[in-house]
Amino acid sequence: MTFPSQVLAILWKDIRCELRSKQTWISMGLFALLVLVIFNFAFDLRVDNKAAIAPGALWVAFVFASLLGLGRTIASEQEKGSMDRLMLCPVDRKAIYLAKLLGNMLFIGVVEVVALPIFAVLFNVPLFTGELLPIVLLGTLGIATIGTLFSAIAAATQARELLLPILVFPLIVPVVIGAVRATGTLMVPSINEPPWLGLMAAFDVIFLSVSMLMFEYVIEE
Amino acid sequence: MSAPYLEIKGLKKTYSLKPILRGIDFVLVQDECMALLGANGAGKTTLLRILACLTKPGAGTVRIDGLDIVREAQHVRHLVGFVGHQPNLYDELTVLENLLFFGRMYSVKHAPERAVTLLQQVGLARRAGERVGTLSRGQIQRLALARALLHSPQLLLLDEPDAGLDDEGIELLEELLREHTRRGGTTLFTTHNFERAVKFSNRICMLGGGRVVYLQATSGLEPGGVRQAYQEVLR
Repeated sequence: MTFPSQVLAILWKDIRCELRSKQTWISMGLFALLVLVIFNFAFDLRVDNKAAIAPGALWVAFVFASLLGLGRTIASEQEKGSMDRLMLCPVDRKAIYLAKLLGNMLFIGVVEVVALPIFAVLFNVPLFTGELLPIVLLGTLGIATIGTLFSAIAAATQARELLLPILVFPLIVPVVIGAVRATGTLMVPSINEPPWLGLMAAFDVIFLSVSMLMFEYVIEE
Repeated sequence: MSAPYLEIKGLKKTYSLKPILRGIDFVLVQDECMALLGANGAGKTTLLRILACLTKPGAGTVRIDGLDIVREAQHVRHLVGFVGHQPNLYDELTVLENLLFFGRMYSVKHAPERAVTLLQQVGLARRAGERVGTLSRGQIQRLALARALLHSPQLLLLDEPDAGLDDEGIELLEELLREHTRRGGTTLFTTHNFERAVKFSNRICMLGGGRVVYLQATSGLEPGGVRQAYQEVLR
């Protein structure tokens, strides 16, 4: 079985399981919406401060909601047989990581697709431009890359729900800063901004490479 | 005598500084079925998990069909079928979907036909479209056996395969083991039932204190004799 077939088989299985259990998508989506609504009421949004607050609120909602899903994908493997189900199979461990990463990106992506229009309405910001797509893609990839690796580490502990945010938040700071600033630049174009997209892409490539190499050692006993 | 199929030499394993296996040595040849007995915590499950490449050995060497289980783990995984304490199935998938998924993972040729044949063998053909989460404990155990046999492994490792099975299920298990042995397969299973240990296997191995304390062919052995030996060696 080829590497891409292994990735697709595990991804297909995860999507099918999730579509039937509906545990991850619904809780992630509801959480993201709640965060956006709370931020909308909590901050005094005016035309002059909207660009400073709205991107942060959007990405905080995405990050918090993502963590719910990131914890689930590996934890669901750990239930009833730990990772044994996949570890018994003669599949490349990198294929397991990549399938979990793609699954996480898909789950987060669906939440983003639902949350973005609601964010645009609540915060009254025109965000539907083609330029937002690479920001969301690179930001989501960065969060999912780190989150997938560390959810595997956290899943092996008893306090996984507590441990996952503590491990993930510090490491995704660069990509979140990049995503917030790049989104803010979309709302209020400014000059002399660093190349945030390039920085996010560099971060993603580095952490994707490191995570794929480390995943095998993380999930082995 | 056939060449050894499973060869264990000086196998040791420690968890959190506590030695679980202190030096296991034995050999299994093709078409041999061995029952592994021992008290709770004797190291039976740890031994099977090491052989299934789920846990790395602390010291010693294990070869399956001449392959080192640490350095050539991916090849060894193709040769091994494992049923553990947990069924290792996905509750949200149907019975057939589970087998098809694992069929893809093991690159099983003609996986749909193989899955249907196995489901008929384990008596679950009529439940093929039902989710695993709706099955009883015994039915899940039957499906776990089918999953372990899906890729026609040469070495079957079964950790208390009789757990949760009714009389019909036990008969089915015996038939599956005999069929596997007839085809030249090797089996190592754990049990706490002395009768089944004698009935299903060619040899009995007892673990005590992380070591092999009893190794005996079952021909001419009675369950009572095994029980007595068990009580003596593990006293």
